[in-house]
Amino acid sequence: MDFSITPDQRLMQESLIRTLEAAVPLDRVRRFAADRDDSGADVWAALADFGLPGVVIPEEHGGLGLGLLDAALAAEALGRAVAPAPFLGAVAASVALTRGGSAEQQARWLPRIAAGEVVVGLAIAEAVAGARDGMGVVASGGKLTGGSLFVTDAMTADLFLVADTVGGLHLVGGDAPGLDRSVVTSIDLTRRLGELRFDAVPGEPLAAHTLDAVRDAAWTLLAADTLGAAQVMIEKAVAYAKERRQFGRVIGSFQAVKHLCAEMAAELEPCRSLVWYAAYAFDEAPAEAGLTAAHAKAHLSEVGRFIARTATEVHGGMGITDLLGLHYWFKRLGLNRQLLGGPERVRRIAARMQGLAA
Amino acid sequence: MDLRFTPEMEGFRDQVRTFLTNHRDRYAGDAARPREAALEWQRLLIDNGYAARTIPKEYGGYGAAPDVLKTRIIAEEFTRAGAPRGFANQGISMLVPTLLEVGSEEQKKQWIGPTLRGEVVWCQGYSEPGAGSDLASLQTKAVEDGDDFVISGSKIWTSTAAQADMIFCLVRTEPDAPKHDGISYLLFSMKTPGIEVRPLKTMTGSAEFNEVFFTDVRVPKSAVVGGRGRGWFVANATLKHERGMLGDPNATEARLHSLIELMKTESVDGRRLIDDPVFCDRLMQLQARVLTMKFNGLRNVTASMTGEPSGMAGLVVKLQGCELNHQIAALAIDALGELGVLYEDGPHLRAKGSWQWNYMFDLGLIIGGGTAQIQKNIIAERGLGMPREPKLASA
Repeated sequence: MDFSITPDQRLMQESLIRTLEAAVPLDRVRRFAADRDDSGADVWAALADFGLPGVVIPEEHGGLGLGLLDAALAAEALGRAVAPAPFLGAVAASVALTRGGSAEQQARWLPRIAAGEVVVGLAIAEAVAGARDGMGVVASGGKLTGGSLFVTDAMTADLFLVADTVGGLHLVGGDAPGLDRSVVTSIDLTRRLGELRFDAVPGEPLAAHTLDAVRDAAWTLLAADTLGAAQVMIEKAVAYAKERRQFGRVIGSFQAVKHLCAEMAAELEPCRSLVWYAAYAFDEAPAEAGLTAAHAKAHLSEVGRFIARTATEVHGGMGITDLLGLHYWFKRLGLNRQLLGGPERVRRIAARMQGLAA
Repeated sequence: MDLRFTPEMEGFRDQVRTFLTNHRDRYAGDAARPREAALEWQRLLIDNGYAARTIPKEYGGYGAAPDVLKTRIIAEEFTRAGAPRGFANQGISMLVPTLLEVGSEEQKKQWIGPTLRGEVVWCQGYSEPGAGSDLASLQTKAVEDGDDFVISGSKIWTSTAAQADMIFCLVRTEPDAPKHDGISYLLFSMKTPGIEVRPLKTMTGSAEFNEVFFTDVRVPKSAVVGGRGRGWFVANATLKHERGMLGDPNATEARLHSLIELMKTESVDGRRLIDDPVFCDRLMQLQARVLTMKFNGLRNVTASMTGEPSGMAGLVVKLQGCELNHQIAALAIDALGELGVLYEDGPHLRAKGSWQWNYMFDLGLIIGGGTAQIQKNIIAERGLGMPREPKLASA
């Protein structure tokens, strides 16, 4: 029994954190946030050099052949850096294709996804978190019709992984006829969301039913992203509290401030183990994968909100300024919470998985 | 991450199961066993390495090398079989490790064996009415008189004082030394003349604690453990063992299972409690927390197996675990509605009123063994490197 990450995994994560520090400093994030036409291609290229797009893709298809735990450690690093990158779509498509694609589909798509050449947008919000504003995609005779909201990297993706209303998954080319894409603006400008409209768009169905696996992987990666972003907010709050002086003392020596920091750390540190376990279960303990992914998503969302708010408060007035840039982490946590189901909805699904709710 | 057990460990698990199956008649049935049966069971557990496992043989233990995993397997299998574990009283969990660390050879020989076997029961004399979180300010004094100390003062929160044969007690032996350097750790009999035990009734309605008063209690100087004036450092070695006891994730998981059973079996207006979306949501929130602390526990087990410091993951266990236990009891009470306030006896009482008892008693555990606020100081100062509150010159 070994409940820890390996030295190799630790090294990989540390190396990725350094790569991101160089490739996506806060200035780069600011430029991405300010300019809708900035595709962030340089960031993705740096991550592709690292092999990140193919982290869970088997080696025979040009990937690193690693597990979801490695992907989660990477997502944590991306969350730390509030990095703009189409990572969620890459892993989701890898899971869908390796578990549900034909040999031909795998050979055609996986190497290009692994190389970072094909950017994948994820359009499964309705199937996982419910349909709003008349959305939902109906598949009929190989053609897709309807709409999907909260699609990741909708404007830049070369390929979309689309869930239909009965839980089937389809690959749709970004340039497919009848596909219309538009921008959806959220609080979090470090990620790009969009809306897709389908008018008899040709899709490429994936054979087996893998929506649950795609959902579990995506929930786990969002939880890991939250873990990294929230950890940074604690670090920044502690550093600020050790430096800022009022009443002749650093404010971190006041218990009122110190206890806020302790509460954040006490909430977040055990979450690391939950994320690790959910990611491990995805590959090694399938019977527990759904429940632990759901709990990771929901619980990290709650803890993430608490930390986003509390860490901002520890910074006093500076916390809410643009100057400090803390809000990029605050908003990243905000999007992670709602995307693919807010905690109440996800907990409802968790209860259903155990037969505790209808 | 590899949560599989090796064949050696699976073999060990089979061994524990076989033992439990073969001895089922010794523990099945009535939970309230006579004292002699409990002592016999304890001796059987020690002989087989399921209690006092890592205590050296020469002091009455089983003498196995420390193995966190085997300890965990024993805990899992005993829980699964519903078999009583070895004694986990304060003598065993706090005094024995302290004696092993700093006791004299004579003290180890005299006390560890009988304590492990349950023949000698101990109580702990630490807190005083004026010394709680600031334990080092304790005032119970021990004045030198020939070969003896003469003790006067009082202690509070002393559980099992009425049943205890012996006490391990912190007293001030050097009144002029700085407060941390003037304390000694003494062992003496609770039958010594001049000791009075008064039960301390709590909000649960029973007296889980006592007050202990000392009037000119005469104790030989040889009763000091770890050297005169060193008591603070001796006690700190034990406090870390106490914090490990509070917030045990296995107990929390068992309590959550009881809550789930309760919510599946109890109904109001013909609807199961679990079918109420609000209560179901609260249950799921707690389940996420229980899993989180369970996995955090596995991570800490791995850290102690490899000898790595558990760091923040270890520091938060008492704070988070005790709070979580309290919240589980709170949800049970809330889900039961008016039934949730019933207590003591009566035809409508559920689970003997244990949810309310736990809710009240656990508040004591949140406070005891280092209050939640002291835990937050420790997390911030040791875990996050934040500065201490400046000390007042007079404190």
